[in-house]
Amino acid sequence: MKTTYKIAAPIAIIAVAAASAFALSYLTAEQAVTLNGAGATFPFPLIDKWAAEYHKIKPNVQVNYQGIGSGGGIQQHTEKTVHFAATDAPLTEAQAEKAPNTLHIPITIGGVVPIYNLPGVPKGLKFTGEILADIYLGKITKWNDPRLAAINPGISLPDQAIVVVRRSDGSGTTFIWTSYLSNVSPEWKETVGRGTSVNWPTGLGGKGNDGVAALVQQTPYSIGYVEFTYAKKNNLAYGCVQNAAGEFIEPSIESFSKAAEYAALTLPRGDERWSNVSIVDSLAGNKQARGAYPITSFSYILVYKELNVLPNMDGATAKALVDFLWWAVHDGQNYAADLYYVPLPSSVVAHNEETIRLITFNGQRLRG
Amino acid sequence: MKILRKASLSFFGLKVKFLLHPKNPLKGDYVFKLISALFALSIFLILGLMVYELVKGSWLSIQTFGLNFIVGTTWDPAVSRVFGALPLILGTLVTSAIALLIGVPISLGVGLALSEYLPKKFGFAVSFLVELLAAVPSVIYGLWGIYVLIPFLRDHIYPYLQSVFGFIPIFSGPIYGGGVLTGGIVLAVMIIPTVSAVMRDLFSAVPNSQREAIIALGATKWETVKTVISYARSGVIGAIILGLGRAVGETMAITMVIGNRFHVWPSSLFDAWYTMAAIIANELLEATYDLYISALINVGLVLLFVTLVINILARLIVWRALRLTRGIARE
Repeated sequence: MKTTYKIAAPIAIIAVAAASAFALSYLTAEQAVTLNGAGATFPFPLIDKWAAEYHKIKPNVQVNYQGIGSGGGIQQHTEKTVHFAATDAPLTEAQAEKAPNTLHIPITIGGVVPIYNLPGVPKGLKFTGEILADIYLGKITKWNDPRLAAINPGISLPDQAIVVVRRSDGSGTTFIWTSYLSNVSPEWKETVGRGTSVNWPTGLGGKGNDGVAALVQQTPYSIGYVEFTYAKKNNLAYGCVQNAAGEFIEPSIESFSKAAEYAALTLPRGDERWSNVSIVDSLAGNKQARGAYPITSFSYILVYKELNVLPNMDGATAKALVDFLWWAVHDGQNYAADLYYVPLPSSVVAHNEETIRLITFNGQRLRG
Repeated sequence: MKILRKASLSFFGLKVKFLLHPKNPLKGDYVFKLISALFALSIFLILGLMVYELVKGSWLSIQTFGLNFIVGTTWDPAVSRVFGALPLILGTLVTSAIALLIGVPISLGVGLALSEYLPKKFGFAVSFLVELLAAVPSVIYGLWGIYVLIPFLRDHIYPYLQSVFGFIPIFSGPIYGGGVLTGGIVLAVMIIPTVSAVMRDLFSAVPNSQREAIIALGATKWETVKTVISYARSGVIGAIILGLGRAVGETMAITMVIGNRFHVWPSSLFDAWYTMAAIIANELLEATYDLYISALINVGLVLLFVTLVINILARLIVWRALRLTRGIARE
């Protein structure tokens, strides 16, 4: 008998505790809502931070975001298995056909920067688009190439072969980088083109931003490209890139933000086609865009304009989703800089407000 | 003795015979037999579904490129959208071959040392560590490759190799650190635990009568060991194939160290290359259109096919070896 009590007593206590906790949560909380999202890995740390912070403000709302890659996010959005998706590139025409009435909401800004490992040369080496393209085409093979030396007077560049490092996996970072190279080099555009992965003429492939950063760190005389945050976090030397106005721009929160402001002047309405939206493209040939870093891009959240197309959607969840998005583009932006993300400029926030107001559930606007 | 009732069940035409107990016809053996038969048959089902899904997924690519997919040497997702997997197939086979070249002699040595030479207690400690190595996740081997092995090889081993053997083309050319040889070395390190553990078990299973007999004939220790290897040789081949299977399918570690460059043939052992598993891991997540996804799944189908061919070849070799052994025994 004694042994029976020994086991039974704790079980009873646990059961009572669990039951009361359950009852308590049932009584105090509003209806619990879970928002599921999936997509790009680039904004993952930011969205994850948002989820945690938002849960503190609205304890009944749980945001789950899985960083499975932009492609996977778009697929889940198309199949209507998530409440929102995130992607580094806007939907293409073909993708938009499959997911009609999708809204694009830029949520943060990323910049892709050239990084290098040159013993004795500090950060701030200057590059032009043509030079970067020719390095990645394998046409400029030495660090002391006369064209590179000409725009970097006073820096003694070593007589060493350039080890080119690029991404091996498909990624939005590569898409932005190759978009830029396509804009500045006709040869690049014709032979390699733009894409999440391309037919690289040369170089070593590293997996992920981390992989490229590690390879560059480990390989003397190498050059690579990563999202700005990774260059900062890993303390890598990064270069300045010439924009269409002819200035050599140092990558920084300000110069990325400036680039987004120029792009914001021509953004389409949230429910129009966004396939041609690209900060990189809008800055190409734009001689007025002073102070803007040329290899910059938006990262987007995708949602449906009419939320009743999603299965199992109810009014409370729809309202929670819209409130979360509204919070993310306003208060949520305050968390960006700490994580090395670029907060949205006010013009883009205003644009997003219009977009979020378009969201309906069963025809009813959720945000006036 | 009572007569047991005979009964049978048929699965897809396969008859499973079993006996029913007169008193409790649905107990014990019968249930167990049924369940195990189901499990055994599920293997066919799983493999069948896998092949079906792979063929279905790669159908678009098969229709578009046909056999050109296997002999094609272009992989251009951005401009021309043409896909060919020959460089990947070659990369996979060559890196795996290098892994075997380095890994098998070492594994053979480890297996022999553990079963024939080392004292039991020490052998136990070593085999425990070897089995621990087999449980290390492959991404760890990849990180170790990037941060430890690559700098070491690049700064110390490769320049020396080049200075001695530089006149041979495969040892010439620029040294990046990562590349074909580094990939082969990392794969070798990864297969050594598995292969050597199997070899140790094989050699330990050789009956002592064999050793005693050859020692009685006046053989030296070395000759005894040769007899042991020869007795276990079909198993040794099986162990090597097991290692090859792991090397061919290895994904994470190899993609972190091989350099991931898509070209038909590297200029040297120090040059970068690519493998089938690596390209799937790299590009599937962000593959943006149907043909691209289909081409990657097609790579998976080719990989499965290559693995299958390797296994069949291995089986044939083992059978041949067994027949030879039996032949010798009969003589």
